Amino acid sequence: MVETLLQGVLLGSLYALFALGLSLMFGVMRLTNVAHGDLVVLGAFAAIAIATVLPWHPLAIGAALLVPGFGFGYALQRYLLNGTLGKDPLPSMVVTFGLSIVIQNALLQLFSADPRSLDAGALGIDSVQIGAGIALGTLPLLILIISLACTAALQLLFDRTALGRAFRAVSDDREIAELMGLDASKIYALATAIACALITLAGVLQGMRTTVSPSDGPLLLLFAFEAVIIGGMGSFWGTFVGALILGVVQQIGFHFDPGWGIWFGHLVFLAVLVVRPRGLFPRTH
Amino acid sequence: MSAVLVQTHGLVARYGDAQALFGIDFELHAGELVAIIGANGAGKSTFLKALTGLVGVPRQTVRYADENIGGLRPGEIVRRGLTMVPEGRRLFPSLSVEENLLMGGFAQRPGPWSLVRLYALFPILKDKRRLPATQLSGGQQQMVAIGRALMSNPQVLLCDEISLGLAPIVIKEIYDAMPAITAEGMSVVIVEQDVSVAQRVSQRLYCFQEGRVALAGDSKALTREQISAAYFGD
Repeated sequence: MVETLLQGVLLGSLYALFALGLSLMFGVMRLTNVAHGDLVVLGAFAAIAIATVLPWHPLAIGAALLVPGFGFGYALQRYLLNGTLGKDPLPSMVVTFGLSIVIQNALLQLFSADPRSLDAGALGIDSVQIGAGIALGTLPLLILIISLACTAALQLLFDRTALGRAFRAVSDDREIAELMGLDASKIYALATAIACALITLAGVLQGMRTTVSPSDGPLLLLFAFEAVIIGGMGSFWGTFVGALILGVVQQIGFHFDPGWGIWFGHLVFLAVLVVRPRGLFPRTH
Repeated sequence: MSAVLVQTHGLVARYGDAQALFGIDFELHAGELVAIIGANGAGKSTFLKALTGLVGVPRQTVRYADENIGGLRPGEIVRRGLTMVPEGRRLFPSLSVEENLLMGGFAQRPGPWSLVRLYALFPILKDKRRLPATQLSGGQQQMVAIGRALMSNPQVLLCDEISLGLAPIVIKEIYDAMPAITAEGMSVVIVEQDVSVAQRVSQRLYCFQEGRVALAGDSKALTREQISAAYFGD
């Protein structure tokens, strides 16, 4: 049982990396990015493509992809998604849904439907013995550390920096923020840029930990979405905890039957929606 | 009379689907405090929004410091030194008092106003600077809203209904801070529901009625009868 819980925490920490970007984009501009999961898969395939020509370790490729990921996100928001924002949430959902289809089919054309993975070398098979016959994979532990670090960094950025203040201000009242001289379209672009850098990192780690195929996106989006809703919109730590809960519950399900894990996750998600529709850690004001 | 700082000529503006302003001629001189009064829907708020770029108007209809600024984006206008305390305060609820004030300084115009100066003007805000802005009383929130606007070091400060919903003693406290604000050479426009307050604190007064200027003149020289005739129409 202890092992199941620990494995669940490790799985959940990867979901947290999927969910942080979604939480950021929704928090700053109320934009539900339906292509979120497909962008994770796109990040993984970008790393896979690079790995075929460069003999680098996947972690180095992941680090190198952060900058293009950031730039891609900035351009995506500035030149495509900003035009869809408004009181009506529908245009942005339709456009990102279209983007999701474009990414899936482009990847299918380029890489076929076969699942692929990134060879993490020794990191992929090493494990750490933590007594009582329980061994945890080194890679999942590394993912937990990265996920913790990203959550802490994003929360600090949001709470303590001038950029975080600008994120919160445009989220509260875009018109008044612009009256103060902020350019909301640039602030939005920076939010999506940071989200896409996180997405790229999450994609590379997903590719190292398991396999990815072009059609995985919608399921990854669902996990990220469930983590955000379970955690509530209050903070990135809420999203992190929501993701851990989802991971643990899925792992418990997998423990009973390999087909039950994802289903258990959905049940807990629905239960939270019924009992605490604003999530476990809602925004207080 | 000192130089004209802000001037509108035949300013026409729409708000939503309805036309709200039908040719406003308005002047603000350097160092002056001008009040705009009028019934609800007279176009007072729309007029301030047109000056600050929140409502689009033709370029040449608003002149400020020898430049046509009509229809520029709000950020471009605040960088030129014209800002507004919006109706209903509209503080950022996710931000603390101090963070709200810092947002006001985003345009980074040089000038006398800083956190230190503001806390000297409104000492209560220093004690509450770490609190979420929305936890303050109405009067204190209004001080934050005024302070936030001052942080941009404006040459022209537009105040939209800053006394709305406040107790008379608090209104007096806020208007008592005005001399310290205008002492810096700033020009101020207030939109005010309370005619006697408007008449007392301002040098000149405009009365709007249904999107037009019904009356304009020296605040102290205008009689009650003139004002109520302009206020309520014929």
